[in-house]
Amino acid sequence: MSEKTNITLTINGSDHAIAVEPRRTLADAIREDCGQSGTHIGCEHGICGACTVIVDGAPVRSCLMFAVQANGKRIRTVEGLANGDTLHPMQQAFMDHHGLQCGFCTPGFLMLAVGVLEREPDISDDDLLDVLSSNLCRCTGYQNIIKAVRAAAKEMRGK
Amino acid sequence: MTAHTKGSGLKWVGRAIRRLEDPALLTGHGRFTADLPAAHWVRFVRSPVAAGRLRRIAKPDGAFVVTAADLAGVKPILPMLHKFDYRPVAQPVLADGVVRFVGEPVAAVVASSAAAAEDIADQVELSIDATAPVVDARDALSPGAPQIHAEALGNVILEGKVKTAGFDVAWSAAHKHVRVELRSHRQNATPMEARAAHAAYDVATGRVTLTCTTQMPHLMRTAIADVLGMPESDLRVIAPDVGGGFGQKMSLCAEYVVVVWLSRELKSSVAWTEDRRENLIASFHARDQYITLEGAFDKNVKLLALKTDIISNVGAYSCFPTTSGVEPLMAMAEMPGPYDVQQYQCRARGVLTNTCTMAAYRGVSRPIITLALERLMDKAGAAFGIDPVDVRRRNLIDKFPYTSAMGLVFDEASYQQTLEMAVKAVDLPAFRARQKEVRQQGRHLGIGFATFSERTGYGSPAFAARGMEITPGWETVILTVDPSGFVEARVGSSPHGQGLRTTLAQIIADEIGVPPERIRIVHGDTDRTPYGWGTFASRSLVISGGATLIAAQKVRAKLIKIASHLLEAAPHDIVLEDGAAKVAGTDRSVPIAALAREAYTQTHRFNGEIEPGLTETGTYDPPGTFSNACHVAMVEVDIKTGKVAIEKYVVAEDAGRIINPMIADGQVHGGIAQGIGNALLEEIVYDESGGVLTANLADYMPPTAREIPPIELHHMETPSTQSVTKAKGLGEGGTIGAPAAVINAINDALSTFGVEINEMPATPQRIRAALRARGSAA
Repeated sequence: MSEKTNITLTINGSDHAIAVEPRRTLADAIREDCGQSGTHIGCEHGICGACTVIVDGAPVRSCLMFAVQANGKRIRTVEGLANGDTLHPMQQAFMDHHGLQCGFCTPGFLMLAVGVLEREPDISDDDLLDVLSSNLCRCTGYQNIIKAVRAAAKEMRGK
Repeated sequence: MTAHTKGSGLKWVGRAIRRLEDPALLTGHGRFTADLPAAHWVRFVRSPVAAGRLRRIAKPDGAFVVTAADLAGVKPILPMLHKFDYRPVAQPVLADGVVRFVGEPVAAVVASSAAAAEDIADQVELSIDATAPVVDARDALSPGAPQIHAEALGNVILEGKVKTAGFDVAWSAAHKHVRVELRSHRQNATPMEARAAHAAYDVATGRVTLTCTTQMPHLMRTAIADVLGMPESDLRVIAPDVGGGFGQKMSLCAEYVVVVWLSRELKSSVAWTEDRRENLIASFHARDQYITLEGAFDKNVKLLALKTDIISNVGAYSCFPTTSGVEPLMAMAEMPGPYDVQQYQCRARGVLTNTCTMAAYRGVSRPIITLALERLMDKAGAAFGIDPVDVRRRNLIDKFPYTSAMGLVFDEASYQQTLEMAVKAVDLPAFRARQKEVRQQGRHLGIGFATFSERTGYGSPAFAARGMEITPGWETVILTVDPSGFVEARVGSSPHGQGLRTTLAQIIADEIGVPPERIRIVHGDTDRTPYGWGTFASRSLVISGGATLIAAQKVRAKLIKIASHLLEAAPHDIVLEDGAAKVAGTDRSVPIAALAREAYTQTHRFNGEIEPGLTETGTYDPPGTFSNACHVAMVEVDIKTGKVAIEKYVVAEDAGRIINPMIADGQVHGGIAQGIGNALLEEIVYDESGGVLTANLADYMPPTAREIPPIELHHMETPSTQSVTKAKGLGEGGTIGAPAAVINAINDALSTFGVEINEMPATPQRIRAALRARGSAA
């Protein structure tokens, strides 16, 4: 269709030198060009948040960002959350509080919650609820996700 | 959590153990259909008009575009029902000369990437002579309405009628008749993963492996092989991790047939991933019904007779395997709900229109009939001047087994008890006092009750009663202890978020004394698992769980036989626990892994008394069992904006023996969230020309964390006598009860204005329109 641009995506610390069309979304580039399929695509119009990744420290809907815009930026995806076999406190809390069922929206929720809590570790419960209402889950009814994120927030603050 | 195991004598069943599914899903190692690479990608060209004659399809030069004309030998999808005056209507997998709804697949474009296929699809030109569409079911029933299919005159695809012998007498003996006119608008199950299919052709064997997001891999295999006229053994269907289904993924989609056909044609891999717009307009819809319900009550507010008329908009085609009967016939069979009423009259029609095909969605009709029935209970309370809770007390069944007017046999449950439990939990008198008090400040609170039954875990006789050509029901489980002592259960069910790998492992663990982490549940692969029907209708834990228990009991018996041989002890002295067979009251034991090794490698020692190997099969086909619950919603309605906020949500529920309380509660939570979304927000809107106005998730609105209140759960456990594990299903209950509880609460809040909301979803616009119509708070 159109000429490809050479870019480098740094995903979970590894560089991926890829050539993409300017219209290529970051979500597609992560999944198809870099082979990291843990980031899911649920709507491609920025509503569901399943594709949320962390770009330079901020949660981003990767279906609304072009891959070329992420050139040279630090990208974190669900694959990079655990430390070897040790789950990230957020992953562990989702497991302990049954914050997932089918697991399709889960990577997006994990990256959203981790991204926000790293920036605002003392975020209020009410603000956290606003943040979590930016992603959609069709299975859990959200209550266990909220419980899990609150528990992980405590853990991440080191309390 | 220990309360659940208390007295059961079981070690694993009843415990909230963490899910075995979670680690992979949490670390990005889940495997979903769209994760697979493919050589060829498909984009479907869909009809932009709701009705018309297809004149010409102009393909761009050099493009690979498949249309109906290319699909010689491919049969149409032809779902069949042998009752209820059903008129079979055929659905070509790609539109053949006629288009019947916006979004109907007309052509398949194949290219080397999804993006390239989409670019080419934009250049395919369709020439269609548009004809007048009909979108609303009542319009489709009117004389002179356009005919959707020549085979179904007057657009009625099926009609069920029933009238009990004593109906007329009971009806005329009534002290009062109470009537509800209900409208339930069209909704979409909206799994977070939309549909996707990937077909890979194996040149060496000629077999195709179809990986797709489905709730019933075995039936997809049967159905696709039928439609393509290929040997079923040449097709393997894999349901990998499936991102939610809620009924939408239990019907055959035409697109999957085309993907398999293409992979055989190209002798290569072919993939299709649906986008969200396609999912919203062209996958499957549900809940589009008009219901009129009338109750005849005696002077003690005891229900004597029920009369109902059900019009279900089934869309343009019939869904496979359940057919268009799934909604109207479920409504007819279960309308009397958990209430004792022996006289019943019902007319239920499925009506074809130029809209997306209707199929199952969590609860199937029961969210709607429960709403109708629970509105009736509240209205009867108002008509007789008694508390609506009292109306329920006087009418809920409390003697078991109870045979309904439609012949359904209700097993032991706790309808009255859960109602009382919920009433106590919400402190009704305190709420009424607060409601009165804040009304002085211009705030409008309301409380709504829903008591209901959830028919679950029903086997083939229940489906046979509908006259289905395809009669699902039973499940089979093959349980193997391998020579290393590791346990593998291969199941025909196909869970997709319900945690069945964990709960089935808990059932096996108790039976054979092996911990769950040494047990793997294999599902979703027709090459690896026995034929089975899949996961839908709150059935898998009951039916597949029952088959698992039966298989595990056989393995247990064999392990004990071998242990008795090895330990030279009587079989009844041997217990299986903690990974070993032990002689009770002694320190003698042998690891189960060693027994397994014996079963394969030392069979000569058994003197022909024990069959070699350690694999047993269990099959289960139960009659069905009824879960029950009482839901209570407390809401505040802002009469200026029509916005509804749910303050508190209380549930008292009974699903028999609970295998894993964490998972069970999760199912209830998730079901309620969908029910709240259905009640307040979710609506597929068609314009008069048949165009869909809600084709993205900003317009079609599943609820977010902001709309779902904390849910207070109270439990009872009435063990089922109709289920070998004593468990009842509970996957749909949350969704069945929530719309009625929420909409009754809204009506309670608005009662002083003399307005009624008998429509789902009860959007702010509808609430405001009702208030304006009464000249209130304009």
